[in-house]
Amino acid sequence: MLDSNLRTNERLITASDAIREATEQAMAADPSVYVMGEGVADPKGIFGTTIGLLERFGAERVIEMPIAENGLTGVAIGSALMGQRPILIHQRVEFCLLAMEQLINNAAKLHFVSGGVHKVPLVVRLIVGRGWGQGPAHSQSLEPLFAYVPGLKVVMPATPADAKGLLLGAIADDNPVIMIEHRWTHYASGRVPVDPVPTPLSGPSRMHAGDACTVVGTSYMSLECLQAVRALAEEGCHADLFDLRVLRPLDINPIVESVRRTGRLIVVDTGFLTYGIGAEIVARVVEGSFGSLKAAPRRLGLPDCPTPSSRGLTGSYYVTASDIAAGIASLAGVPAVAAVVGDRLREMRGELPPDVPHSSFRGPF
Amino acid sequence: MALEQSNASDDGVNSMTNCAGLPAAEALRLYRGMLRIRLVEEQIAARYSEQEMRCPVHLSVGQEAAAVGVCSALGPNDQIVSTHRCHSHYLAKGGDLNAMMAEIYGKATGCCGGRGGSMHLFDNAAGVLASVPIVASSIPLGVGAALAFQQQGKEHVAVVFMGDGSVEEGVWHESANFAAVRKLAVVFVLENNDFAVYTNLADRQPKRPLTDLAAPFAMPAVEVDGNDVRAVHAATLDAVAAARAGQGPSLLVLATYRWREHCGPNYDNDLGYRSVADFEAWKARDPVEAWARTLRAQGLLDTDAEDRMQRDLAAEMAAACDFAKRSPMPDPRSMGGTVYA
Repeated sequence: MLDSNLRTNERLITASDAIREATEQAMAADPSVYVMGEGVADPKGIFGTTIGLLERFGAERVIEMPIAENGLTGVAIGSALMGQRPILIHQRVEFCLLAMEQLINNAAKLHFVSGGVHKVPLVVRLIVGRGWGQGPAHSQSLEPLFAYVPGLKVVMPATPADAKGLLLGAIADDNPVIMIEHRWTHYASGRVPVDPVPTPLSGPSRMHAGDACTVVGTSYMSLECLQAVRALAEEGCHADLFDLRVLRPLDINPIVESVRRTGRLIVVDTGFLTYGIGAEIVARVVEGSFGSLKAAPRRLGLPDCPTPSSRGLTGSYYVTASDIAAGIASLAGVPAVAAVVGDRLREMRGELPPDVPHSSFRGPF
Repeated sequence: MALEQSNASDDGVNSMTNCAGLPAAEALRLYRGMLRIRLVEEQIAARYSEQEMRCPVHLSVGQEAAAVGVCSALGPNDQIVSTHRCHSHYLAKGGDLNAMMAEIYGKATGCCGGRGGSMHLFDNAAGVLASVPIVASSIPLGVGAALAFQQQGKEHVAVVFMGDGSVEEGVWHESANFAAVRKLAVVFVLENNDFAVYTNLADRQPKRPLTDLAAPFAMPAVEVDGNDVRAVHAATLDAVAAARAGQGPSLLVLATYRWREHCGPNYDNDLGYRSVADFEAWKARDPVEAWARTLRAQGLLDTDAEDRMQRDLAAEMAAACDFAKRSPMPDPRSMGGTVYA
């Protein structure tokens, strides 16, 4: 649970409920919005995020799609050119690799190549898996592939409120927007407004304020960062934590301004270190505030190795809150704090195996 | 170029006269449409060496009947999608000639403002939705347009122009399957010119009728002579009527032949990838001249009318080239302005 201090018109719900609610509200408000994907109309409803939509909106707007990712991405784009607002959903990022041709050649370019005449208001929801042995082709964080392409927008919500707000923002946007959801963020609960209020697809959000070090997380890693930063704060080390949220278009300014104050930067993202999101953030910060840096920026992420299946191997594969705390403490010049905080974070996780998001999880996805 | 009923054509011929089952005015419009494409393409070929059209061009000379026969059976709200070889489709559907020539010249007044070049022709007002130079890439776009029509309760039809190479791509099968299962108003028009660049169809696909490609999707398919504009027009009218009536997609297979090289202004029979005898045989079946012969035999086209048409079209071409040449180059500062809406 992220924060239980409710404001009026808010409830505590999970991110998957928030996504379902945003989709239903958008479809109710605009008849041109429709969803399409493998499993959108099945009994599991994309991890609960499309449950009930078929009954309310019918099979013409809740399209159970053939196993044909590239073709149906093109179909979604073609319909968007004619005024529809498709939400295309893939239960795993890897399924969308089959559709990169349509996304990169057509979705990302039709507005540009038509001199601004065509619009492609397409949302593609992609889910990153983790744990329970899902292995090399069901657990990849490939966001740099999408964020590399001008013409696409890329968002990665970490919190339930952003899951709802960014999805509504993506649906309202006249550009193709890739929304990458880490499966483990689906389980997080937090304050979410009842009303459908879109979040602008611009800029990071500050999750915690401080001067000791600037911390930038993405997606599920932002939640791990938050744990680390809160534990460090109890020991008097206050970090400035940003959830990057919007990878493209990238608004680096709040992060550069923070580093000018803290002089220190650590980036923790869900993907590979090499050529990854962390590399881009560090490069931008070095370009924008080189003179303010008091230490070399650091990155935490995945090693240059595909995700293995066995929990015997993944235990050391993923970055944990205690790794992050150690990284921040060493950058901030308080290495002694790292040991205390690391012990506490490990204690919080208790006996939970490394391949499940929470103690009630029983597999398989 | 929708089929219109009027008593007198532009050429003063009584439209009630029939020509191979068509009103005379419509028969003449088909001829004019094909001749216009032929002259545009020949003009591009003639001027290409000036080094002012600095983009790849895939000319449609020899394939005019497919474009005109199909598009003359469509209404203004019907949409077409096309490929790298899109000039003929764009012109036949009513795409703006000045904007096309300006695009090929790389000018700000081009249909893409200089961002696309010859392989990206589109014209929203005319229903030319998109042309995409990746083989088969525009097929699902057309199917998507038909999905939108169905969702919006509109009776428009989407026509997908595709070549014989496109059916080797997975996305063809994915798109045809979806169009069939959702009964979408799509007409797939397969122009078979027998070559993927230099590679013969027989070296790429097993021997069977191309109409068999529709069978896995329980889709009707018909093969007609792609150089016979009347046959193409009639087959398209049937397919479009079925699509509008909610009967779903169908496939038209049109055998035809590209006269010039795959990309560029020249003839390339010297390369030896296809036989001169084949080329000459197809050239003897010139779709424009074949239809002219029919019209002449019916007394609908005499030397005066032909000369007048040639002169008018030549003047239109010259004006379009002048327009393109006089138009300014795009402002480099505008380049990034349309990356995002």
